[in-house]
Amino acid sequence: MSQVSDVAVPDAEVAPPPPVRGTSLLRRSLRLWRTRIGVALVGALVLLAIIGPYVAPYGPSTPVGVPNANPGGQAVLGTDYLGQDVLSRVLYGGRSMLVMAVLATALGLIAGAAIGLLAAYSRNALDDVLMRGMDVIMAFPQIMLALIAVAIIGPHAWVIVVAIALTTAPRIARVARGAAQPVVERDFIACSEAMGVPRWRILFGELLPNTLGPLMVEASLRMTYSIAVIAALAYLGLAPNPNGADWGTMIQQNQLVLAVQPWGAVAPIIAIALLTIGTGLIGDGIARTAAGIDRARGEA
Amino acid sequence: MNAAELAGQPTGPAVSAVAVRDLQVEIASTGTSVISDVSFELERGEILGVVGESGSGKTTVGLALLGHARPGLRIAGGSVLLGDRDILTLGEEQRQRLRGSVVSYVPQDPASSLNPALRVGLQLREVIEAHSRDRGSNHSERIAEMMREVALPDDRAFLKRYPHELSGGQQQRIGLAMAFANRPRLIVLDEPTTGLDVTTQAHVLSTVRELATLHHVAALYVSHDLAVVATLARRVAVMYAGRVVELGRADELFESAGHPYTRRLIGAIPRLTGGRSLVGIPGHAQSPGSRPPGCSFAPRCSLRIAQCEVALPELRPIGPGHTVRCIRAELVISGQQSRVGDPIEMPAAGEEDLPALRIADVVATYGRNEVVHSVSLSLAAHECLALVGESGSGKTTIARAIAGLHRGWTGTISLGGAELQTAARHRSRDARRRIQYIFQNPYGSLNPRQTVGQIVEQPLRVFGVASGREADERVAEMLERVSLTAAYARRYPDQLSGGERQRVAIARALVCDPTVLVCDEVTSALDVSVQAAIVELLGNLQRELGLSMLFITHNLPLVRSVAQRVAVLSQGNIVEVGDVGQVLADPGQPYTRQLISDTPSLETAIADVGLGQPPADAAGR
Repeated sequence: MSQVSDVAVPDAEVAPPPPVRGTSLLRRSLRLWRTRIGVALVGALVLLAIIGPYVAPYGPSTPVGVPNANPGGQAVLGTDYLGQDVLSRVLYGGRSMLVMAVLATALGLIAGAAIGLLAAYSRNALDDVLMRGMDVIMAFPQIMLALIAVAIIGPHAWVIVVAIALTTAPRIARVARGAAQPVVERDFIACSEAMGVPRWRILFGELLPNTLGPLMVEASLRMTYSIAVIAALAYLGLAPNPNGADWGTMIQQNQLVLAVQPWGAVAPIIAIALLTIGTGLIGDGIARTAAGIDRARGEA
Repeated sequence: MNAAELAGQPTGPAVSAVAVRDLQVEIASTGTSVISDVSFELERGEILGVVGESGSGKTTVGLALLGHARPGLRIAGGSVLLGDRDILTLGEEQRQRLRGSVVSYVPQDPASSLNPALRVGLQLREVIEAHSRDRGSNHSERIAEMMREVALPDDRAFLKRYPHELSGGQQQRIGLAMAFANRPRLIVLDEPTTGLDVTTQAHVLSTVRELATLHHVAALYVSHDLAVVATLARRVAVMYAGRVVELGRADELFESAGHPYTRRLIGAIPRLTGGRSLVGIPGHAQSPGSRPPGCSFAPRCSLRIAQCEVALPELRPIGPGHTVRCIRAELVISGQQSRVGDPIEMPAAGEEDLPALRIADVVATYGRNEVVHSVSLSLAAHECLALVGESGSGKTTIARAIAGLHRGWTGTISLGGAELQTAARHRSRDARRRIQYIFQNPYGSLNPRQTVGQIVEQPLRVFGVASGREADERVAEMLERVSLTAAYARRYPDQLSGGERQRVAIARALVCDPTVLVCDEVTSALDVSVQAAIVELLGNLQRELGLSMLFITHNLPLVRSVAQRVAVLSQGNIVEVGDVGQVLADPGQPYTRQLISDTPSLETAIADVGLGQPPADAAGR
């Protein structure tokens, strides 16, 4: 129906493939080592979050021994301050954070891209109204707005997701508008207008595909920030389930005994670090590819 | 660099101001040859024209004369002797000292070559001071003199202006003043008039000619426009695929060209007199690295024989000071095979009462400025009307108003008797389908994220004409019609050349059987030979499909080859409308007359006895 789907449509039965051409920025960016490493890291942690609960040796809240026991024996990474298995809690603790981060980023991406493209395309007062509105939201630090929302409504998962999406959208919108502005002036947009193509189709069929590069870069950067904010909220005790297994919560719970049993805090820290490094590397790889630096092939 | 040895050799009596010998430029990383065996000499005060299509290496040669190679390229051999100094053997620091004083350069785009943050007076002063020994002396008098030389006001107020406060022609004059400031031995002018109007261009050209003659400066004038070169240069070098294929006196070259490529290039130039169809050159030049072992032009040459593909022809003399790189030059000159365009039979405009498109009292504004003042025009069925005017005359605004892309207009535009709404969005689907618009720049009018097939199919989908297999067939058929093949449907725009892109744009415009086609400067971004091919195609399609075509251009000679009637637009007013032949031969308005006389053309250049001599009125400018 929409032109966005054209990417996938080209007639399958007509045999010879189109001329060799990296149509997808993502695929082309995979030539860079940094992107490959990023994808490997993110892939590994996503896999861990998905299958973790099934392979965990214990439940997330099962007491397996004395509190703060060092690695060895029954608990590979030792036990936490309540005597629960650290490894099991790490395996359980990624899922909720990842789901929330992905949802928040996706929501922010959709809303931000729509607003930014519309602002760039309108070229009138609507542009100012939309973008100044975005500026107002951006005046608040992301974590503060999330804290206020959680404090007022309560630490529900949807509140956290919406709050982060709300603060992600303006940042995406700025990038989308900036990327779309030069495209709006190009004649193929005028050509579609002269044909009377509906506005939304011009926005998403003509404009969006030409801004995908910068949007993907920004999205992966926003993903990194979303993970960080969700982890920070959990660390501050504002996870949807304060007693559940969550990487951010674990750091806070076990930080007092860092000197005695470091793994309770260090294991989730490593997990979060690897995840954000991974998303950061992917974003960087796409950015470099989009900027044409991918000519230095294989250079990490 | 073997040029080092050359420099040590005695170069004989220094008659020539500049001598280029066996210049070689290659791609630094691969060693692929880009320019090879370029040799020529320039006397003091002489202007040598270098012509060629884009990619022929003409700019690369121009820059090599300054000892410069663009990033990725390397000057691999040869010598550029300025008097007895070989600029190629000098160190970078010494070259830098020569640039601006002994050699100088005037780039294509004056707007980007001037520093937007500095006043023009200061920029001129910098040029003088950079190469002047006595720093303390008063340069103001010198600057004033320079300004007078290029016919600009020399008062303080003008010198205090910033580049953006000047017109394009004034900016280019500042560029000329800077280039001539230190009385160099050689000036390289790289298409300095490409972006300018004909009238401004005529003024800039006469300034170049005067200054070069007056100060005995040798000038290399690089251009793709043969007509411009013909009005300016006494000798012309024609470049093709990195080599000089013909070199000789301008008049001789244009009247009895010895290389088939030169012939075809001349055949592709629209003429002011005598409506002849333009003939494009089929095929395109090979890029460096994939050039054939024999004559580079052989794959596109109709006179090709087996021997052409075996060995590279030498540049050989065929007349006094006339050399050609073709083994069949004599045959070419004998002239029987030269394919000059046939006279066109313009079909008579439809005799129907109702014009296909009627514009009445259209007033268009941009912001608060009124750019089109009460314009009325009518376009008969099956007729091609050319709308001619300089930039800023409002011709594109009129076109966009017709297409419904410009909002700020009042008056009436009616299509086949039915009045049209202002914005395309408010017009009926049928009205939108029947008016199609082809944009000036084929690099901007095709969505880079869509395949050619998707682009050409778009109107079919939007207007609900066809879909699925039927649409694919229509697209394939349309691509064939514009002399592409159905296989192009799977390509992306960035895999196409400029001419191919414009063909795709034409296919998109025609796929839904429009009745009115608006062509907005459709060839101005293209090479002369490609322009000829596109105009040929448009003319044929217009006649075959019975289209009414509004052909907008600033190129007056081009009008001859496409249109039956012409309307001349000046500052938002139609000053003259009439049959093409009559208006061009016997213009009724002073403005039209001026426009025609300012238009560089081969005929007038050759007819002008003094090729390369300033015309009588040039001194007045």
